[in-house]
Amino acid sequence: MSKPVTIIDYGVGNLLSVARGIEAAGGAPRFASNVADVRSAERILLPGVGAFEHCARTLREMGLADAVRDFAATGRPFLGICVGMQLLFDYSLEFGKHEGLGLVSGHVAPIPETDGTVRRKVPHIGWSPLSHPATRESWGNTILEGCDPGRSSFYFVHSFSCIPDSPSSILAEADYSGFPICAAVMHDNITGFQCHPEKSGVAGLGVLGRFLAQ
Amino acid sequence: MRNARLIARLDVKGPNLIKGIHLEGLRVIGDPQEFARRYYHQGADELIYIDIVASLYGRNSLHEIVRRATADIFVPLTVGGGIRSIEDVGAMLREGADKCAINTAAIRRPELISEIAQVFGSQCMVLGVEAKRTSEGKWECFTDNGREYTGIDVVEWCRKGYELGAGEILLTSVDQEGTRKGFDNALIEAVSQVVPIPVIASGGMGSIDHMVGAYTHGADAIAIADMLHYGRVTLPEIRAAAIAAGMGVREDAGAA
Repeated sequence: MSKPVTIIDYGVGNLLSVARGIEAAGGAPRFASNVADVRSAERILLPGVGAFEHCARTLREMGLADAVRDFAATGRPFLGICVGMQLLFDYSLEFGKHEGLGLVSGHVAPIPETDGTVRRKVPHIGWSPLSHPATRESWGNTILEGCDPGRSSFYFVHSFSCIPDSPSSILAEADYSGFPICAAVMHDNITGFQCHPEKSGVAGLGVLGRFLAQ
Repeated sequence: MRNARLIARLDVKGPNLIKGIHLEGLRVIGDPQEFARRYYHQGADELIYIDIVASLYGRNSLHEIVRRATADIFVPLTVGGGIRSIEDVGAMLREGADKCAINTAAIRRPELISEIAQVFGSQCMVLGVEAKRTSEGKWECFTDNGREYTGIDVVEWCRKGYELGAGEILLTSVDQEGTRKGFDNALIEAVSQVVPIPVIASGGMGSIDHMVGAYTHGADAIAIADMLHYGRVTLPEIRAAAIAAGMGVREDAGAA
């Protein structure tokens, strides 16, 4: 029987693509926009697109921020994608300073447009290979198991990037013209992806499949 | 080294994939879904659908095409043609599109760019530009598939579009489109020097050298249409040639 995945529907993002990706990976997507559905979920996927502040505020106004935090504390599998990953952190500096869910220590900051000599286009749009951070030797027993470091590529589209307080929570990095983007983060049962597995072809569907197996 | 995206561009009219020259003289090629799936399985980094007569008729036929595409295509989809309001963008995103390319409606009312960026994010707002060379180093914007002259300078318009919130520019050379004679590299360079957002070069690819030239002149993504549609070359062949030429592209885009 295909495994249920509860996708938080708070009016932002391309939910259809995420749901189609979950289906293709063998799961059964369902949408939740109320506290009861979040509480009873087996597995949660928090998508997010657009401005951080808008996403964070909407989640709070719908009463879902606390429900999502409570869910994370149950130890059940939790996956945040794009702004859904950024929301896991303490705060973001996008258009001011705005509070996130505080599930992973750290913050979200703009991708630097230059390092003096290097000029970077922002937003960062395109495919980049994921690699191990210095603190991690392998992706064994993680959602990235089987991916080829430095080669398996994922689709990114973002202007801000997560900066975890603890480097050990970084699961994968992606180099963007010398700037190490925190591409994926892992903290206990919580995983976050800056890139979009649902838009990253076979490699991305593999990640969603391993999320279903968690 | 920056990675350029290899994008399959599918121009449609009604239910059909079509191809023209200078955006005119249209020829039916086939079912867009069949071609889109082929390109996805060949490792396309992205797909762009443009309804090339939508602006003329004030409607587009892309909803159904996009809905079908998202069922088994898992790369980003950009959709353009006849999109003129926040509601139109919302409807496209609900069908599964990731970004909308807007030309005519943005030229008529530039504030639309900001409105879309604020509601859906800049990453979703692709400024579609149809550029026609008027003199050396000078291009003007056209609408309605290169039919309507606007008198607006392309480089100035791209800068303004960026300032209003566009996240990307789909830069089509009307002069080169469908000719297989190569991209307008001077145009690509002129635009990518003034905007800090990604530029998709479109129109004119007839050989691998053309693609490498566009990349060298600043393109962040390459739109490929009839070279693929007519099966003269496959995406894996293009990708392998790009790598051999020292161009930055995704290297693991094997068969899906």
